Amino acid sequence: MKLLELLGYYNYWVFAVVLTVGLYAVIRKRNLIKKLIGLSIFQSAVFLLYITMDKVEGGTAPIIQKGVPDQVFSNPLPQVLILTAIVVGVSTLALGLAMVVRIKESYGTIEEHEILGAD
Amino acid sequence: MIELALDVVSWVLLAVGGACVLIGGIGGLRLPNFYTRIHAASLTDTMATLLIFVGMMLQSGLSLATLKLFAIMLFLLLTGPTATYALANAALLSGLKPEGDTGQSKHGENTQP
Amino acid sequence: MIYVFALFLLTLLVITAVAIVRTENLFVAVMLTSIFSLLMAANFFILDAADVALTEAAVGAGVTTVIFLSALALTGDWEKPRPGGRTVALGTVGVLAMLLIYASFDKPRLGDPEAPVHQHVAPWYLEKTPEYMDIPNVVTAILSSFRGYDTLGEVFVVFAACIGVLFILGVKPARQTAAAPQPVSGLRHHLIPQVVGRLLVPFIVLFGLYVQFHGEYGPGGGFQAGAIIATGVILYALLEGEAEALRAVPRSVLLALVVGGALLYGAVGVVCMLKGGAFLDYSVLAADPVFGQQLGILVIEAGVGMAVCGALLSIFHAFAARESMT
Repeated sequence: MKLLELLGYYNYWVFAVVLTVGLYAVIRKRNLIKKLIGLSIFQSAVFLLYITMDKVEGGTAPIIQKGVPDQVFSNPLPQVLILTAIVVGVSTLALGLAMVVRIKESYGTIEEHEILGAD
Repeated sequence: MIELALDVVSWVLLAVGGACVLIGGIGGLRLPNFYTRIHAASLTDTMATLLIFVGMMLQSGLSLATLKLFAIMLFLLLTGPTATYALANAALLSGLKPEGDTGQSKHGENTQP
Repeated sequence: MIYVFALFLLTLLVITAVAIVRTENLFVAVMLTSIFSLLMAANFFILDAADVALTEAAVGAGVTTVIFLSALALTGDWEKPRPGGRTVALGTVGVLAMLLIYASFDKPRLGDPEAPVHQHVAPWYLEKTPEYMDIPNVVTAILSSFRGYDTLGEVFVVFAACIGVLFILGVKPARQTAAAPQPVSGLRHHLIPQVVGRLLVPFIVLFGLYVQFHGEYGPGGGFQAGAIIATGVILYALLEGEAEALRAVPRSVLLALVVGGALLYGAVGVVCMLKGGAFLDYSVLAADPVFGQQLGILVIEAGVGMAVCGALLSIFHAFAARESMT
């Protein structure tokens, strides 16, 4: 039982580690594309946290089947929030990439220190 | 009786399919150069897919799930080898020559994926 | 048993994330990001979020990778290594990770039915969905009706991001005089992928339509369908060249999809108001409130699908056109 409880926290630990790995790329790497990749990893970690919270023991995906009594469903609300967030995430990511492309055209580089040096 | 036989057959298929995935994985890690590696990896695309999906279809019996599994299998059998082919073709076009060397050689760094 | 598998997948997730950050080849990093998304989708599925898994697989592993690759083609594949110690950065994120792990012991156990998140409005949604909408998929019901305002906002964010990308990348590059765009051949010399791809494209689009209109009954809906159809058209563009894809689905059609989708969503809300209800209260759309709700959900899901599909394809074409411009 003790082991199972620890397993239950594993999702949160993975969230913590993946989040910080993404953050590390954002603060340490100087390549702008790498920073954006780090940002999307960070974002995915947050998605994992939300979806972890929606799970109910013995539950199924929240699709109601008629005539089946006493069904247990996982929480649909975090799923809705994350579903829309994923699509919004990719469109904002594309916006960031578009800016990086323009920076490359103007400065000839996408390394942060070289851009700051050129200014 | 017939159910037991179906069960046994499907589990044998699933186990052999799993073994194929394992062999493909080991081959992908251990074989000396790029072309032999994708040769090993393609085992998972074809043989393992076929075995595992037939095994699962036997498990699910005659239902809508079987039809869906069949459609997915068809899709994987079409795309897997195509992806392997595209990968090999891209490697060849970018100048990686398939040579019969055995690994611990000067081509070592070329073989990194 | 499934939790052991989840454990395995989560561990792979961490390894992939570390590998993405460590590699200096951005192309490899993008490919690993695609694997990361696929692993994440599998995790979502294990955690009972079928709709989210479908979205993550279509968007994260499909569209994001293509957009990243088309940006990489414009900026270069290699990252320059950063000299100097990384103690400060590692220390900062290490402390943060420790704090988060420490905080995780206060969180409810995985799957605890008594957790606060399951006590608030979620049971009400689950209970009222059969009564108000009579559709099986509660996620779709919440997405498009209970929280319709929220989704309207998200659609407009996608719309705004798409317009932003078009503005940023639509400007002619300063240095060159606009060179005649050379015809892109696509994969002309790759016969087998082309033949198989041609075979698959109609089925991908068909599957996208199925996901769109089956969204009330199974996992699916406008967001997923838009992404799936967009990947189908992007596959076509990769196989036949961008010009050919633009001939099949021209830019004007894409813009019409984006604008029309967002407008359709808003218009449904306005029609609801004209018929005497509140904004986005679909019950007034038909004589029978339940049928009204179903009608409203169907129409706004179509709007969402159009907007997402159009936006993703416009973004893809904006990046691809930039390639031939410079």
